This record gives sequence, C-alpha cells and structure tokens, in this order.
Amino acid sequence: MGPRSKTAVRRTLRAFALELVIYAALVTGYFFAVLHLLGGWLVQLETQHIRVYAVVAILLIIGQAVVLEWVTTGLLRLLRGGRSE
Amino acid sequence: MFFPISHAHVNPIYLIVVGFVIGVLGGFFGVGGSFIAGPALRLAGIDWNFAVGTDLAHIVGKSVVAAKRHRALGNVDLRLGFIMALGTIGGAEVGAQLIQMLKRAGNVNFVVSVVSIVIYLGISTFMLWESWKTLARSKRSTAARKSTTPAAKSDDSAFQHVTKAIQRWRIPPMISLPASGVTISLWIILLVAFVGGLCSGFLGGGAGYIRMPSMVYVLGIPTHLAVGTDLFEIIISASYGTFSHAIKGNVDILIALVMHTGAAIGAQLGAISTQYFAGPKIRLAFVPLPLIGAAIVIYTMFSGHKL
Repeated sequence: MGPRSKTAVRRTLRAFALELVIYAALVTGYFFAVLHLLGGWLVQLETQHIRVYAVVAILLIIGQAVVLEWVTTGLLRLLRGGRSE
Repeated sequence: MFFPISHAHVNPIYLIVVGFVIGVLGGFFGVGGSFIAGPALRLAGIDWNFAVGTDLAHIVGKSVVAAKRHRALGNVDLRLGFIMALGTIGGAEVGAQLIQMLKRAGNVNFVVSVVSIVIYLGISTFMLWESWKTLARSKRSTAARKSTTPAAKSDDSAFQHVTKAIQRWRIPPMISLPASGVTISLWIILLVAFVGGLCSGFLGGGAGYIRMPSMVYVLGIPTHLAVGTDLFEIIISASYGTFSHAIKGNVDILIALVMHTGAAIGAQLGAISTQYFAGPKIRLAFVPLPLIGAAIVIYTMFSGHKL
C-alpha cells in the first residue's frame, strides 16, 4: 500500500469513527422511539395474522436497511466533505 | 431489554455488537455470517428455532446495505444474481426436505455435523492453497515485470485453467454476463446456485461460504463481483427463507431490527475495505471463517453443548 492509499485509509477510518459516534446517538433515539411504539403492534400481528406478520417483517427489515444506508452514507459524505468513499 | 415475540431478555448492546461484527464480515466477504450469528443468538438465551429464523431476517437487511454499497462500487452483476436466486431457492427446498428425511431417520444432528465439518474444512484448505499459490505467483511476475498495476481490484487465480475449462462447456442456452466478462452455460450457473441453496437448506444460513468461492472458481467471476453479486442474491433467497420461517413462528423481527442497526454500519465498513485489497488477498483472509464454523460444530459434537 502506497503513502497515498495509507492517507486515504487513515482519512476513511477517522471519518468512520466520527460517524460511529453520531450513529450511536441516532440509534439510541431510534430504540426508544420506533421499537417501543412498534413492539405491541408486532406481537399482536404475530399471534393473530402470522402471514401478514411475515410480510411486514420483511418490509420492516428492508425499510430499515434502506433508511440506515441512507443515513450512514449521508453521514460519511458529510464528514468527508462530499465524498462517500 | 425484553423481546416479547421470542420471550427473551437480551442486552441490545450485545445484539448491536454481534450485528456489527457480522456486518463487517458480510460487507467484506459477501457471506451471511450465520455460523457466528446462530451460536451468538443461542448464547444470549434465544431458542434455536428463533435464532435461525431471526438470523435470516437480519441477513436480508444486512445484505441490502452491503449490496447497495457494492452496486455503487460496480461490484454487482444483476443478471447473474437473478439467475442464481432461482437455483438457490430450489436447492434450499431440497436441503430442507433432506433435513426432514434425516429427522425421521433420527440421525439429523450427527449427519449434519459431519457434513458441515467436511465442507468447512474442505473450503478452507482449498482456498488457503489457491490464494497462497496465486499470491506467490503474482509476486514472482510482479518482480519480473516491475509492474505498476495497483493491487486493489486486481484478480488472478491459480485455479484459472479449471475455470476456463468449465467455461468451455457449451451446453445451451449460453448466458452472456457482460458485467462479469463471462459467457457460460445457464445450467452451470443454476448448478452452482443449487449446491449453494442445498447447503443453505441443509446446514442453515445463507451459505455464502460455499457460493462465493464457487462463483470465483467455477463460474470465473472476479472476486469483487462475486462478493457483491452473492450479497444481492442473498437478499432474494434470505427473504424467501425469512417468510418461510416467519409463518412457522420462528422470527423475532424486533431482535433482527436491533441487530441490524449494528450490521448496517459494519457492512459499510466491510464493503469499503474491499477497495484496498486484491482478490487473492480477500480470498486468503476468508480462510479462517469456515474454520470458525468447523470449530463450533466440533465443540458442540464433543462437549454435548448445544450452543
């Protein structure tokens, strides 16, 4: 790895560490807000409409993935001055 | 934190850390990481059926993040991914049926344990030999040519002659994969995917530990594209598996959502890291992963513990 690549790696890792801190704060808020509100409804769905629960489970995990990917990419871009990689 | 669907008390920090570790592995190697996630959930006191189903749900989310990142880097062959998903689903169904047969015969634990140890050790040994040989060969040729080609994204394989021979089998219909730079028989792609699906249905998880190396060595897909395409394909096959497990009452989506918050950021780190490593180095780093799986299975066999 050349000195240029080393600098790039160091810069990425520094941005990543900062991203991790901001992300942790966001995730903590997310737990208290979203998961707490969804919990009761999901349990009810799982016991009464298992097929709907199965579809909702897949949609929820994909939805969360898309949103978190958007958040992490946005954070990384912000911290690295317009570049995400 | 209490998770009412699986009736389990689990520390969310533990779930996030497990998700993060598996996310890094997934983003870097294109594997689901079930051989770590399953036992890790079991260690937290979650029943096996929930561990397997919930892990699959979490794999869907993690693969979406990592595949999206790989797609941005140009590492996903969509055509190959869709074809492979068909073969994987077929293989997973056959694998699940084999499990049911073994359950009826009463020797499922022993047979699955022995088969998994043989497969894990076989993959590790082969990949160690191949990547070591490839790295040694490229070192020699670089020294001779004093090449200035950058290390990252370069791909070479000591097994290339076999891959080329397989690509010469002209069994119609032939499928052209411009993104991967390969033209190959549809049946070979389906066979590779079917074997991966069979391992997934038989041994559990996404079976990326067999599909990713097969894509490189059998289909001749460059390593970076194999990692990205495998992740894309896992989104489809793991979604199918999640639905199947969820209707059997084996998925605690709340646990999967918490795990995924760690995996989302880990997968990004793993995917970005692939840019700094050449294909043979990624394959060499992959070697310990199936060994961890084998060690866990051997431990459970001889200690009598069900992790």
